[in-house]
Amino acid sequence: MATKKTAAKPAAKKPAAKKTAMDCVKLARDPKRPHLKDFISLICSDFEELHGDRLVNDDRGLIGGFGTIDSEKVLILGHHKGATVEENMEANFGMVNPDGYRKAMRLATLAEKFRVPIVTFVDTPGAYPGDTAEARGQAEAIAKSLEFFSMLKTPIVVVVTGEGGSGGALAIAVGDTVLMLENAVYSVISPEGCAGILWRDGSKAPEAAEALKITAPDLLKLGAIDEVVKEPAGGAQKNHASTAANVKKAVLKALKSLKALSTDELLDRRYAKLRAMGNFYK
Amino acid sequence: MGWYEKTEKPKIPPAKALWAICPKCKSHFEKSVWKANNCICPKCNYHGRLSARERIAQVADEGTFTEVFRAVSYSDHLKFHDATGPYKEKVEATIAKSGETESIVMGTCDIGGHKAMLGVMDFAFMGGSLGTGTGERIARACEQAIAERRPLILFSASGGARMHEGILSLMQMAKTSAAIGRLKDAGLPYISVLTDPTTGGVSASYAMLGDINITEPKALIGFAGRRVIENTIHQKLPDDFQSAEYLEKHGFIDKIVERKDLKAFIAKMLNYWGF
Repeated sequence: MATKKTAAKPAAKKPAAKKTAMDCVKLARDPKRPHLKDFISLICSDFEELHGDRLVNDDRGLIGGFGTIDSEKVLILGHHKGATVEENMEANFGMVNPDGYRKAMRLATLAEKFRVPIVTFVDTPGAYPGDTAEARGQAEAIAKSLEFFSMLKTPIVVVVTGEGGSGGALAIAVGDTVLMLENAVYSVISPEGCAGILWRDGSKAPEAAEALKITAPDLLKLGAIDEVVKEPAGGAQKNHASTAANVKKAVLKALKSLKALSTDELLDRRYAKLRAMGNFYK
Repeated sequence: MGWYEKTEKPKIPPAKALWAICPKCKSHFEKSVWKANNCICPKCNYHGRLSARERIAQVADEGTFTEVFRAVSYSDHLKFHDATGPYKEKVEATIAKSGETESIVMGTCDIGGHKAMLGVMDFAFMGGSLGTGTGERIARACEQAIAERRPLILFSASGGARMHEGILSLMQMAKTSAAIGRLKDAGLPYISVLTDPTTGGVSASYAMLGDINITEPKALIGFAGRRVIENTIHQKLPDDFQSAEYLEKHGFIDKIVERKDLKAFIAKMLNYWGF
């Protein structure tokens, strides 16, 4: 009996091996993971999408519209990767052009006008690195978004649901409360990109992922996010409904406390939060 | 064999030690010629890189520059270590070599008689990357500028965010943009000068947020790297892609200003705006 017990122990421990940062990257990119449209249909009782930046285009990689979560009226903005190949192509796999960020600002201005809170869903490999994006000012569009959302006079709750890909993610991730799903990742550069530059070998992505500290628990420790939202066992792809229920609960809690603040308090608090990021110098 | 053994190869110093090679037109010049021309290519007028101190000497009125926030330096909160060694060693070596403590040098000064807060990035410091120290210096500069009613002038030269400092380097994009938003809200001017090269997270934050954005001839300005874009679209890009001239043509730069005219141009704008 005694020998049986000791033999069973190490075998039982194996599946509980620590999840690596690269495991999270794989989960965050899993095509079966809930995407923007899944979250909208599972969280909102109704949703009206509004289109276009009023300049050149309606970017399908970033979707926005008004909706209701329980009794809360909100503006939803989020990266859209698409669920089918056709949708992927149309949405450019969630890689947003400047037009998408300008659409987000246009709709957010409308939310500010009526002091409707904003909920953003972040899931992008990064802003689109293409010639058309450069010609229409990708850098300017992202820069403007950062300045714009930092000063917007309405509460903003951010949910990082999948890949938080650098500046393309941050452009709609400046807010008052930043939530992040347990297996989502959020990084200044993709692990592959970082490995290619600093290791001169893209295959060293797992090492780069570890070094960059891109998982939700690590980012919470660094003060880059406010709360980690639990996923069902095995990851969000296993159960969309329970993932969305956890997100909904966390969003409603955050909205409730933010709505209690005056506009001045809200903006001062948002600025103070940003201001404290990486201030190691007293 | 005597004649053979005696023959010694003449010692030729490496080309880089003698020649300045224009990165745009590939023309070779004696280094002294390049330096005497203020690092501007005599053939194609490409405005080459200057150190932060060289730039300050050309823009600030003589004897008026007072450096601030020098104690705000880098942070190795990730204990970052890549294939070539620890970040801490690399950045300490850069500090020892350059004498600078971050990728931006900040200070108060006069520019053509107008008081200002001046920040100049140095590309030689970790590729001019945006670290937590860089972001902190810019945010503090905005706050001091508001308190002292000083216009803000920032010269950018950067490859983007400093990945060795992870997510908090990305957050400096938001922090600096928020601080600049407050500066503008206080009715103060911000002139952004994008010098060669200004890309990535720096072009996608404070560098593109100027009340006016100006640059020098042939400067490289963009968001994504040329190779990344070529791999995305599977096409060769035209030579002038992401150049100062390309940016001006597409409406993202107010004016391309020659180096010799920069100081007077900034002073003229501040004068128009009553500062």
